[in-house]
Amino acid sequence: MKSGLYGFLFTMWILIILGGGIMVVLLGPFTIQQFGDFHWIITSGIKITIALVLIVIWILILSKLKNYIFKKELKF
Amino acid sequence: MIELVIPAIISCMFAFFLVYLTTPVLIKILEKKNYTVKDMNKKENVMVARPGGISIILGIVVSEIVLYGFFQLNEILAVIITTTIAFLIGYVDDRRVMGGWFKPVTLVIAALPILFLGTYDSDLAFPLFGDVQIPLLYIGLIFFMIPITGNTINSIDVLNGVASGFMVIASFTLSICLFILQNYEIAIISLPLGFVSLAFYKYHKIPSKIFPGDSGALTFGAMYGVIAIVGGVEIIAAVALLPAIINSFLFLSSVKRVVEHRQIKGKPVEHTADFKLKATNDKTAPVTLVRLILAGNPLTEKQVGYAIFKLAIFSGILAIITAFMMGVSL
Repeated sequence: MKSGLYGFLFTMWILIILGGGIMVVLLGPFTIQQFGDFHWIITSGIKITIALVLIVIWILILSKLKNYIFKKELKF
Repeated sequence: MIELVIPAIISCMFAFFLVYLTTPVLIKILEKKNYTVKDMNKKENVMVARPGGISIILGIVVSEIVLYGFFQLNEILAVIITTTIAFLIGYVDDRRVMGGWFKPVTLVIAALPILFLGTYDSDLAFPLFGDVQIPLLYIGLIFFMIPITGNTINSIDVLNGVASGFMVIASFTLSICLFILQNYEIAIISLPLGFVSLAFYKYHKIPSKIFPGDSGALTFGAMYGVIAIVGGVEIIAAVALLPAIINSFLFLSSVKRVVEHRQIKGKPVEHTADFKLKATNDKTAPVTLVRLILAGNPLTEKQVGYAIFKLAIFSGILAIITAFMMGVSL
């Protein structure tokens, strides 16, 4: 069980780094200019939506991973 | 750098010795007033004083005021005010039983000083890939961060010495990472958290003479969260906190709602005849970190605590590697 927990921790760490990479590569350069003074609000709104989608995907991956790693032990 | 050493030493001494000296007095006062709770993991009817948050907040506030005497930084004010608000929220929950929504919602208020004092940088720094500018999203992150760190530490406060011992490891890791990133002032501001946790651990370790209570756990968690924000080390702080985050994640993904532990009917852990801890097969009980640690075989409370500390050290090493990776760009 303990090795499974260390594996789960390590995978979470990798997912954080990869998620960060996607954030920087996708969200960093993303900008919209054609809405005048409000472009930064619209840009931020889109960035928030993408970030939330990424977080949901991150949680789903972790849930699947949790079930996979702890399948034997999780009889409850 | 050298001008930072003396304030750091003085504030750390205040942090450590204030908690070390006042906690025994607090224990006596709490016992006299009958502010005690049963230690559920002891065979005998052991009553333990609670809440220890009073000595924890005293150590933090005094040591940070000492630091403010040396450097008039808004970051120190943000730490003092946010942590104090979190302590008060926890203290209300210690005295009255509040609903599951109370702490997450009210801790959002504790995050306001960070915003009003402008002690944050809206760039979120990631290892290897660099920074991303997210002005609006970052404000949302501030409001999420303090409730998350506060409740995460609170959720791991289930066995003797675990919350304070875990904080010793996580907060010193965070300080080391801040030194690696050459963010010396915030590193020094963060040091009292580790020393306060260390002094409190002396009385909280098994067999506990005092429990931190919600006030203590939220104080620990909120200060950790503020340091992460004002130091611009949110990702590193999250990595160092991973075992506690896993605990919250497992709990929420099995219960599927924000709820207090005491409102859950199913028991994740039970006792064997020799009073070791053992995972139950109760399908209605939440999945927790302790339950997973115990899934293999029954362990004593002390062994479970050490298993959690080993996980904390492992994630601390990952956090330090992350800090070194911050300086590397792909």
